[in-house]
Amino acid sequence: METLHSVVRVSNVTKTFRMGKNELRALKGIDLEIRAGEYISIMGPSGSGKSTLFNMIGGLDKPSSGKVYIDEVDIAQLDAYELAWLRCRKIGYIFQTFNLIQVMTALENVTLPMIFAGVNNDTAVDKGIRLLEMVGLGDRFRHKPSELSGGQQQRVAVARSLANDPSIILADEPTGNLDLSTGEEIITLLKKLSRETGVTIISATHDFKMLNVSDRVIWIRDGLVDKIEDRKDLSISIGQIGDRT
Amino acid sequence: MPRNSLNAGRVERLLVLPFRKSLEISFQSIRARFFRSFITTMTLVLAVSFLAFVSITNDIANGMLDSGKAEFRQQLIRSGYDLDEEDSRADSSPKQRWLIILSLLVCAVGIINAQLMAVTERFREIGTMKCLGALDRFILRLFLLEAGMQGLVGSAVGALGGGFFALLNGFWHFGSAVVPYLPWTDFSFSLLIAIGTGCTLSLLGVIYPAVVAARMQPVEAMRAEQ
Repeated sequence: METLHSVVRVSNVTKTFRMGKNELRALKGIDLEIRAGEYISIMGPSGSGKSTLFNMIGGLDKPSSGKVYIDEVDIAQLDAYELAWLRCRKIGYIFQTFNLIQVMTALENVTLPMIFAGVNNDTAVDKGIRLLEMVGLGDRFRHKPSELSGGQQQRVAVARSLANDPSIILADEPTGNLDLSTGEEIITLLKKLSRETGVTIISATHDFKMLNVSDRVIWIRDGLVDKIEDRKDLSISIGQIGDRT
Repeated sequence: MPRNSLNAGRVERLLVLPFRKSLEISFQSIRARFFRSFITTMTLVLAVSFLAFVSITNDIANGMLDSGKAEFRQQLIRSGYDLDEEDSRADSSPKQRWLIILSLLVCAVGIINAQLMAVTERFREIGTMKCLGALDRFILRLFLLEAGMQGLVGSAVGALGGGFFALLNGFWHFGSAVVPYLPWTDFSFSLLIAIGTGCTLSLLGVIYPAVVAARMQPVEAMRAEQ
């Protein structure tokens, strides 16, 4: 029953930000369970706490109270080294702004996480080229990010997120800076990856195109889980969703 | 640490950045931001060349005094050296030393300033690296290496330039008669001191900015606008 183990478990998580004298309660008690291999979309308006929740799951931020487990490990218990290891090996990040390292070529960007993980250079280069071929950029691995289009940069980022065979890919608005058709290409690519490699994909998004490919959609509103919809329920209401855009 | 290990829940802590790779990344960063690196390095070149100029000019004067020729002594006094009858060394005056210290201080402040800006410019890059698993000390090491390379090149250029102009200045004032009495060992010693001082300054100047960069939480770094 490999597929049933929960790769991410969030239990009663709250997060409070202090802004001067005011306290802002970004998350007010969230419970979630995400199973291995799922394709999850987290939807919600900006300011809903979506990004905060997302950062918690990614181990980029710690909750004010409650627990976040990744692969059944409580991330609050980890020290800086273990946290870095987790980010390097267990989680692949994809960002809205691509965040490739500008001074490095596409291939160097993809191999960097493998270098950190202690993979030797030749193996890393071989795998980097294979990953870039997989995302359709086999011929452009020597290019710098500034020589690539937005969609191509995001493909490099997708390849980079897969470098250390993570269990989770976290995609924060992966289509937010892309036009409609390139956005769609990235979504298709992510879906293909989730099907082929069985990696869990969690994406925070505004993009209703994402809903079609998601196994489950988690709606966040006002720091709480509003509702969680399975795809089969979603396909019935897809017309309405279309209207909502 | 009690850990719930129902499944593959296994966390290690081994992350590496081989030295050669760090060197490669730092070198690439300098090359990619050549203009900025150039400006930072120029501050160092100027300060170090001033230091080298003063100490090599003094070396020349000492060489001339050591020759024991009376006309050299007269020439030195005419060109502004404050020599008594029994003085056998023409060491740097307190005023010169103050000028050197001041120029080095200004240079250090300039380097800190430039490096702080460089760090701010690279918030996002640092945050990204941390998301990919970089440890604080990788970031620290990259910045130190960059500063070290800039320091080495900058102070070598500065020291050689300063030394060259000191020699030119010597010939201008005292003519080619001094050539046989030039203390070449003292020269190389002065050059080494100038280069060492330059490298130290460059590293000192980057420590604070590099620590700021290394300790940044990835989340803050990613939030930074670019």
